[in-house]
Amino acid sequence: MSDRPADVRIHDFKEVDCGLSPAEAIAEAERCLQCKKPLCVKGCPVCIDIPAFIREIADGNFPAAARALKEQNMLPAICGRVCPQETQCEGVCILGSKETPIRIGALERFVADRERENDPSLPETAKPTGKRVAVVGSGPAGLTAAAELARAGHAVTIFESLHEAGGVLTYGIPAFRLPKDVVKAEIDQVLALGVRLKKNHLAGRSVATDQLLGYDAVFLATGAGLPAFMGILGENLNGVYSANEFLTRVNLMHADAFPEFDTPVLHGARVAVIGGGNVAMDAARVARRLGAKVSLIYRRGEEEMPARKAEVGHAKEEGIEFLTCTNPTRILGEQCVTGIECVKMSLCGIDASGRPSPKPIEGSEFTLDVDMVIQAIGTSPNPLLVSLIPGLERGRKGNVVVDNDGRTSIPHVYAGGDIATGAATVIEAMGSAKKAAAAIDAMLKGE
Amino acid sequence: MYKVELATKLADRVYEYWIRAPQVAQHARAGQFIILRLHEAGERIPLTISAVRGDTVRVIFMAVGKTTEELATLGAGDSIKDVVGPLGKPSEIENYGTCCVIGGGVGIASTPLIAKELKEAGNHVIGIIGARNADLLILEDEMREVCDELYITTDDGSKGVHGFASDILKKLLDERQIDRVWIIGPAIMMKVTSGVTIPYGVKTYVSLNPIMVDGTGMCGSCRVTVGGETKFACVDGPEFDAHQVDFAELMQRQRIYTGQEKVSLERFAEHRCRCGEGGHHHE
Ligand SMILES: Cc1cc2nc3c(=O)[nH]c(=O)nc-3n(C[C@H](O)[C@H](O)[C@H](O)COP(=O)(O)OP(=O)(O)OC[C@H]3O[C@@H](n4cnc5c(N)ncnc54)[C@H](O)[C@@H]3O)c2cc1C
Ligand SMILES: Cc1cc2nc3c(=O)[nH]c(=O)nc-3n(C[C@H](O)[C@H](O)[C@H](O)COP(=O)(O)OP(=O)(O)OC[C@H]3O[C@@H](n4cnc5c(N)ncnc54)[C@H](O)[C@@H]3O)c2cc1C
Ligand code: SF4
Ligand code: FES
Repeated sequence: MSDRPADVRIHDFKEVDCGLSPAEAIAEAERCLQCKKPLCVKGCPVCIDIPAFIREIADGNFPAAARALKEQNMLPAICGRVCPQETQCEGVCILGSKETPIRIGALERFVADRERENDPSLPETAKPTGKRVAVVGSGPAGLTAAAELARAGHAVTIFESLHEAGGVLTYGIPAFRLPKDVVKAEIDQVLALGVRLKKNHLAGRSVATDQLLGYDAVFLATGAGLPAFMGILGENLNGVYSANEFLTRVNLMHADAFPEFDTPVLHGARVAVIGGGNVAMDAARVARRLGAKVSLIYRRGEEEMPARKAEVGHAKEEGIEFLTCTNPTRILGEQCVTGIECVKMSLCGIDASGRPSPKPIEGSEFTLDVDMVIQAIGTSPNPLLVSLIPGLERGRKGNVVVDNDGRTSIPHVYAGGDIATGAATVIEAMGSAKKAAAAIDAMLKGE
Repeated sequence: MYKVELATKLADRVYEYWIRAPQVAQHARAGQFIILRLHEAGERIPLTISAVRGDTVRVIFMAVGKTTEELATLGAGDSIKDVVGPLGKPSEIENYGTCCVIGGGVGIASTPLIAKELKEAGNHVIGIIGARNADLLILEDEMREVCDELYITTDDGSKGVHGFASDILKKLLDERQIDRVWIIGPAIMMKVTSGVTIPYGVKTYVSLNPIMVDGTGMCGSCRVTVGGETKFACVDGPEFDAHQVDFAELMQRQRIYTGQEKVSLERFAEHRCRCGEGGHHHE
């Protein structure tokens, strides 16, 4: 393990995992069997030629490894850090059945970090086609589509409503898991391909929908930004946050450095975080770093938590208390939060998601004294722009309906990432964006 | 970067700024707002779009804390790091018949654009603007121009009617048919004034001003309770049916950061003293 000790890292926002040294990377790369039919590639949503880049590492040829990676993935330093490799490439690596799988994610990160610190090379771009493409949203889906389409020679403009690009990579995932200079450097690489980025542009408002639809093609990548609240009593008390707000205040607005930075955030002494996904882990670990004693409340068992195992482990090491099979029923307080009432849950039967379904145990109510509550119970597609586009078909959950190649109900409008799938992962967002970009390219060249 | 084209002091602590932001100006409608961030370390704060001219938008604000105080130190030619907008839903403008547009204090900033659009839609528009005293009364000439009738109130009687906008509103409601009312001002003023229209059953809009961050529906900082439901003021509003709004909750949530806001302002004031810098652009 290359993690910094928990008792040190809870006092700062510096990266937890220090990464591999060149010697460690080469040793790890040498373990790879260079399979003829590599299972790992099948497990990768963007089909990186994994054995090829690993072979270059084993040969000590790091720049060539970077080039091989970037053929398929323009954001390797990000993916190497946040992808759930354990359920993707590493989960199917042939070595996994006998010994431990190759640490593909760590190697990906190693290569990308090396390249960033030295001299990043840019993939080649085709000559200009004269076609204009609008991409809405600069999260992983928007960035990936923009990069692919720019490489194909199209003139790409990204519209982003915030003052920084990156979507969740910038405002959601904390720096101790994904340092912001890493995100910025990879975004700069995408922009270096000739992509125009228009920040502070809320499509649908700062860019009228007919202006937007006037582009030769449009790719919607507006994400699943709308936070859900539980709908329990006391939810609007001072001291109750959505994870999105809490994380945005800290990650995007740097409220942890108040008053150096102007944006404030409450520093709870005892904080309850509701949820069991990556977002809940991130919120809990940020609250911990702001000095709180943190309890994580999840209605099912630890086994059922959707968060990455590694992040659950990190959270525990950092002293987050886990209250599983527990559900909040109401938040207490007059104006500010003073406590949270919970009920114990029993797990019985299997629900629609294939997981045990939690039922409240009568009479098991108890109160936790807390002064802050963060809800991380999910987000849904941001309705703002997509509801303003006439004729755009949407699903029951507000997602934009697309086919396998990201086509929507409007011929030259495509969509990908969380706006199409609902909240998912960085790499799935990128995978869907690549497919859509290929379809857009074909459409534009076919005309 | 967004350039300040013109910066004027209108009254004690109240400033009028014209900011070049074509993407906002070209699409702005009555009732919408911008969010600005002064610099890399700045907070994102919302301000209502008060007027539009070519590629520039006007905001009128009161210096009440760190960010607005710092904004007030900028002069023509200076730049603001980020401006995004127009945000929020536009006012629901239609031909209703007779409409009353009421502004209190710096809330008057929002009224000319609403009154103008209502007028253009064919309404008979009555304006009521009120302030604590004559010196704090802003935009009188502009409102006189766009309204069919204009009433003025001051709390101390130094100008117009001695009293509150709600007094005039009540009198009007007794005398004639009023079809729609807009009230923009401090939360407490909107609460009290909109209370007047309840017995008359006149639909009344208020523009809510909760604490915001992104202004795009992503964080929920701006949530307000309207008709028993949680709404995000930045995307579902900022204008809502006054009679459904939980004003007590709005006012409670405006106070979340009182302690930190004080620290931030004191630190800024101290810094300004040390640098010998003042609001020198507005003499
Ligand atoms: C706290 C947190 C932790 C996570 N951790 C992980 C992890 O470890 N691993 C993983 O794989 N996934 C993780 N995820 C999920 C992952 O981040 C998302 O699935 C992914 O970012 C989706 O990408 P996207 O491009 O579709 O949307 P987003 O990243 O949400 O980006 C959408 C962008 O569009 C902008 N936008 C929206 N509407 C408009 C408009 N009208 N005009 C202009 N711009 C607009 C938004 O401001 C935003 O910047 C996490 C998510 C969160 C919230
Ligand atoms: C939709 C909307 C439109 C507005 N239009 C105007 C306007 O046209 N003119 C005007 O003078 N004011 C307007 N306001 C209020 C203005 O945003 C606040 O006065 C400003 O944010 C104060 O910031 P500060 O740092 O100077 O003061 P602070 O000391 O930080 O705060 C002073 C008060 O302002 C409120 N406030 C603080 N931060 C925010 C924030 N990020 N978002 C919203 N409110 C905040 C707090 O409730 C606090 O009570 C509007 C608010 C909203 C939500
Ligand atoms: S499956 Fe494992 S061993 Fe085989 S090529 Fe991929 S990383 Fe190497
Ligand atoms: S300000 Fe974030 S949702 Fe309204």
